Parts: sequence; C-alpha cells; structure tokens
Amino acid sequence: MSDQTILQMKNIEKLFPGVKALDNVTFSCRKGEVHALLGENGAGKSTLMKVLSSAYQPNAGEIWFKGELFRHTDPIAAQKAGIGIIYQEFNLVPYMTVVENIFLGREPLMNGRLIDYKSMRKEAKKLLNGLGLDLNVNLKVQNLSVAQQQMIEIAKALSMNAELIVMDEPTATLTDREIDFLFGTIRSLKESGKTIIYISHRLEEIFEVCDRVTVLKDGKTVGTEDVSNLDKDKMIKMMVGRTLGEYYPERAHVKRGGKVLDVRNIKRSGVLDNVSFEAYEGEILGISGLVGAGRTELARAVFGADHIEDGKIYLDGDEVKINEPLKAIKMNIGFATEDRKQQGLILGLSVKKNISLTVLDTILKGGLIQPKQEKELAERYVEILKIATPGVDAPVSGLSGGNQQKVVLAKWLAKDCKIIILDEPTRGIDVGAKAEIYNLMRKLADQGKVIIMISSELPEIIGVSDRILVMHSGKITGEFKAEEATEEKIMKCATGEVA
Amino acid sequence: MSDLKISKFNRHHFMENYGMLFVLVILFIVCAIVSPYFLKVENLLNITRQVSVIGIVSIGMTFTILTGGIDLSVGPVLAFSTLMIAGFKDYGAIPAFLLAMAMSLLFGLVTGTLITKGKIQPFIATLGMMTTVVGIGLTYSHGHPIIGTPDGLSFLGQGKLFNTIPVQTILFALTALAASILLNRTRLGRYIYAVGGNEEGSRLSGIRVDRIKTSAYVISSGLAGFAGIIMANHLNVGEANLGSGMELDAIASVAVGGTSLAGGRGGVVGTVIGVIIIGILNNFLNLINVPGYTQKIVKGAIIIIAVLAQSMQSNRKK
Repeated sequence: MSDQTILQMKNIEKLFPGVKALDNVTFSCRKGEVHALLGENGAGKSTLMKVLSSAYQPNAGEIWFKGELFRHTDPIAAQKAGIGIIYQEFNLVPYMTVVENIFLGREPLMNGRLIDYKSMRKEAKKLLNGLGLDLNVNLKVQNLSVAQQQMIEIAKALSMNAELIVMDEPTATLTDREIDFLFGTIRSLKESGKTIIYISHRLEEIFEVCDRVTVLKDGKTVGTEDVSNLDKDKMIKMMVGRTLGEYYPERAHVKRGGKVLDVRNIKRSGVLDNVSFEAYEGEILGISGLVGAGRTELARAVFGADHIEDGKIYLDGDEVKINEPLKAIKMNIGFATEDRKQQGLILGLSVKKNISLTVLDTILKGGLIQPKQEKELAERYVEILKIATPGVDAPVSGLSGGNQQKVVLAKWLAKDCKIIILDEPTRGIDVGAKAEIYNLMRKLADQGKVIIMISSELPEIIGVSDRILVMHSGKITGEFKAEEATEEKIMKCATGEVA
Repeated sequence: MSDLKISKFNRHHFMENYGMLFVLVILFIVCAIVSPYFLKVENLLNITRQVSVIGIVSIGMTFTILTGGIDLSVGPVLAFSTLMIAGFKDYGAIPAFLLAMAMSLLFGLVTGTLITKGKIQPFIATLGMMTTVVGIGLTYSHGHPIIGTPDGLSFLGQGKLFNTIPVQTILFALTALAASILLNRTRLGRYIYAVGGNEEGSRLSGIRVDRIKTSAYVISSGLAGFAGIIMANHLNVGEANLGSGMELDAIASVAVGGTSLAGGRGGVVGTVIGVIIIGILNNFLNLINVPGYTQKIVKGAIIIIAVLAQSMQSNRKK
C-alpha cells in the first residue's frame, strides 16, 4: 500500500426531492488499499457510489481520480476512466457465454468486421486464471454459481482496465467457502495494485480484508480510521451514535391488551428459520434488522403472500391457515408494503379507487358499485389522514411519497384491519410527513389495533416502537422493550454479534 | 382543495379520455364536407351496421388488453361460432344459439386457464388457440362453408327495427352499454383495471388475479362468439375461416380508442370511438372512390398517427 491517493471525493452533495441524500461527504482512497465503506441502511453508501460511477450527478462537490478532476456524465465514461462497480445485482446476460459477457459491447474485431472469438477467449482465460478461476469460458452464465458470476463481473471490470473496483455487499449471497475464495481474490487484486472499495454490513469481514474504513451516517461522513485502530464496538458506535430526533410521538397512553397474533416456528428455506413472535393489542411492535435479514419475508409469510413450509399462526388463540393475501385480509390483517409503487398502490388508478379496492363489497348495491358511497368513503379517509390531493379522483401517481403512503394506510383502515403491518413506512418521505405517519400509528395503536412496523432506521424503531424484535439471517436474534433498547444493542443483534 | 385545481384536473382527464372523440368529430365534419352522400341517414346507419361485428369483438378485446394481455384467438372463435349456428340449424334457434355461445365461452375458459395456471404468455397462448380453433372448425366442416342458419335467428343479422335501425347496430350498442357498466360499476370491472395496472399490488390487495384474468378471456371469447352468431345470420353461412385477420382489426380499434396495450388504462367508450373512426374511414374512402390498395395505406397511417398522438401526449405529461 502506498500513500498515493487515487481517489478523492470532496464535499459531495446530492439532493433528491425532499431529501438530502449526501451532505458534504468527503471520501478518499489510497492506491492499493481495500477501503471499507460502512453505514446503516440509507446512510448514503449506494448514493455515493452512484455518484462515483456517474450514474448520479452530484449537486455540489468534486471528484479527483488519478490526479485529475473527474467530470463524466455517464457510467460508460467512468468505466473507461478505470472505475469498475460490481453491484449486488449483476449486470450479466444469463443466456450469453462467459466470454461474450466479459467483452459485451467491446468485442475485438477481425479485419474490422467479424468478432474475433479466438483472441476474446484467450484474453478471458487469462483474466479468469489471474483471478484463480479455471472455467470453461464457453459456458452460459446462467449455468454458473453466484460466486462464479461475481468473478465474471470482476473479470469484466479488469478487462476494462479498472484500477478502482467497488464491491457492493459482495458476500451477501455467498457460502463461507466462496467468501474465502473471494477474499483471496481481493488480496491478490490488492497486491497487483488495484484499489478496492468494499461495502458490507458484516463487521467481521471488514476486519479480515480491509485496511481502512470510512463510516457514513445520514448522508454525512462520520470519519475515516485505520481498521487496526478499531474494534467492533467502536465501529458500531461510529455507525449509530447520534441523538434521537424529537419528532416521535409520546409512548402508549393505553396499556397493551391481549395477545392477538401468535406466530410459532415458521420456516421458509433460506429465508426464515424457525421464527416465533407475538403481537399484542394496542402496541407498536418494531422489527429491526439489516437488509436481507428476513423482515419483509416474515411479513409476507404472515400475510400469505409467500408460502411457508412449516409453522403455525394463531389469531386470537385460534390456529389459522393463511395461504393467500385474500385470506389474511378477510381476517383483518393489512400489509403496507415496502415498495409502495410496485406493490402497494395501483398507480394508474385514482386515489378513490385505490382506497376502495379492498372494500368494494361494502359499497355494492345490486352488484353495482355506488359512486356516491365510494366517493364519500374516499373523502372520509382523505380527511381523517389529511391526504393532500386535488381530489379523490386525482390519479394516485401524482401524489407525493408521504401522501401515497397515507393512501396505502387509508386502504387498510377502510378495511378496518385489526393488525396492520407496515414495511419501511417512512422510506423516501420527508421529515414532516414522517411525524404525521408516526402519530397516526400511535393513534391507531391507542384505538386497540396491532401495529407491526418494519424499519431499517434505528432511531425510528427506538423512537416509535413499544417493543422491538431484531432479525439476522432469518432468525430473531433479540427482543427489547423500548425503554431498554439502544442503537448499539440493536446493532449487535442485527449484525449477528449476539445471537 | 381549490376549484382551480379541480377544473385543471378535469381538463386533463377530458383530453386523456375524449381526445379521440375530438378526432372522430373532425373526421366526421371532413367527411360531411367532402362527400355529400356521407351525411345521408341511410349511409350513417349503414356504417353503424358495418362496424357492429368488429365492434363487439373489439369490446371483448378491450377486456383482455385491460388486464395487460391480448386475445389473438377471437377470429377463429367467431368463425367457429358461425359454424355452430349453421351446422346445428336443424335443432332450432335456441339450441344452436346456446351451443355457439357455450363453445365460445369454453374456448375462453381454456385460454384463460392456459395463461393463468399454465403461465403461458397471452400472446402465445392465444396464438396457439387461434390455430387450434381454426383447425377444429375446418375438421368439423371438412373445409366447406355450411349454408343456412336456424329459423328465427336471421333477425339478428338482417333485421331492422321500425324498418330503419339495423338490429346489429342495436346489439352493438347494448353490448357497449353492458360492457361499460361491467367495467365501471362492478367489482370484476374494477379488479380488471387493478390487475392490468399492477398485478402484484392487486394480489396483495386480496384480488384473485388468476380468476380475474380468466374472466377477461371468457368475456373476450364469449363476445367473439356472439359476434359470430350475428355474422352467420347476416351472411346466412358458417365458415371456418370467416374471422381471419379480425383480431388485428380489433386490436387496432382498441389502440386507436386509447386503451394502453400495457394494461390498466382505457375503456369501452374509447374502443367504440376507435371502431367508429375506422368504420367511417372505410366508408368515406369507398365513397370518394379511393382504390383498395391505397385505402390500406391510408388506414394504416391513420392508426399509427392516432396512437402516436396519444403517446406524444402522455410523454409530454411526464
């Protein structure tokens, strides 16, 4: 490792409507180091890397790469300049061969016309051998394991002469042996002078392969440290240590009631591993954990959206079989999904039609929907939830994120759901609307509903929930009462430090 | 909620839904000016009669397209229906009618099941059904037309109310009315829009997506069969190849009518307007003696221009 700085990102700012995703972020890498980028979900790591790859244009700040001011407007130019990014979702064409994928869009030509397969294959073999992989380059990518596909991505980046390689959660779907192999590859890349930015939630990995670590939090740089100067506790403190916002509602005024939902040992291979939990009337139950811990999958299983292989669900003491969302809804369970636009709303329909979708049977007369009743129903919830819309007939696609979320809530309130599961209810919503959503959740809980909130934001989980479950790798690894929960304790369970 | 905002929204709404109505009105005026014969009541009624069969098929097509699918099998289903009417004429009007309808609905059920349970893309599933149903029809009729229809049904194809308004026109209007009520006022209709707009979102809202999609294919096939019954009685014949190419005309009408081929947006009113635009165009090009080959060019161009205008309008919105 030399002291030569290869990358410097100075005072980067990136604004999205209503959100400052990156706020004066400074980040630099030395040539030949493995530099970890660490932070909670939503801290700004991916946004920063997208700015680096020119997928996003920053609103302010400059990037210096190899001693030159870096001004590119598209990812292809950034790649040519020597920045390779390996995303969690690979950019490979599954039906094409290894060699075709590596040289996709940059195929060498013979006499300027025909693709020169021979030299392509030779070059691909050389690249893969350099990575320690002995593979038939004529295989189709779809027949390779995830780890092998990842190596193809790395080879592709190297074939473009990448000097800086960003790996976004590279071990998320690998087995232990594959991880060891990857680490070997990372070390040899480092020896050959490549610089690596390593994004991961798994702290132990950072100690194993990284030289330095930069921590981001809420779109700001917390600091950069040599890994050798840190231990896990210090790292976690860097990631989470901050003051709670003041916009959380007061805790429960009403004592929690009886047990409503009882989930026993539910299983789904590779996703949920023997998960049990209860939820009580009048409480807000928070489910925390990192992305991929199985929180959404747990919600989907309870809601009947995904099939479960084993385990039981009891509602008010009776065992129930929920094998499709319709059944869950009939039992008054509502599910506001994480992805409002793809799953929660029918974007092409109006506010009114989205709200009434689950309760059409209550406004039918002689088999026909009664327009007046439907309008009244929608207007009632627009008023109760203070949804800002030009009218109930306005398309829901035109509303802001916060108001769209309220429409989703209205849909489940109209159905008079007893249990409402909210998956990342405040994602992409501005601060003011967040506070409104929190107050609403508290009000509903006070009315005796069961609110289950999945959230990646620790302050939110601690600020809003009465009780907190933490998940890691498909298991529940911790349970806390709100008053005893701290971000450090939760983070320890979420990273699998405490089981 | 200011009045200003509401009126703004409505204008937008109006252009999205009735932009093609505007085109229809202009086309109507142009035709009236250029050809003196065009405005004659007889001619106008004739146009409505001419578009009835394709109109009913297009209304059915609207249902499948709204779910995000497509039904290429409507032509052969229509043709098979004409064969049933002609082939079973000796069993009486009602049995022949019921048989033709039952077979059409059954074809729709098979198509819908292939798409939802077999997870075959609608384009391919209905393409397969299209060929299969033609084959069944040819086998049944040995490739020959079957002349004649049951006594008592010919009014469906040839009748005129008060000796002026074609029964076909009335049937088209009634079908459009019923389909419009079904789509706008019933749960099934609402769910069809929801499924076409967002399938996973619909499932998570407790909608049984498979049933809704299957229903759309049953309706599409059923209306094609009904159109076949009218056609057989109009032509006094049943034939296995009668509806060939009709699926493309129906898709064109639906598209010109502003229904999105991606699903979830559009409706019967648009389709009726689309059907009439194409019908008037056909009539007008004949009236002013445009040669057949040129007619095709003009028709194709008008379809492309109509859809292009819509796409430009929705792009500008973004």
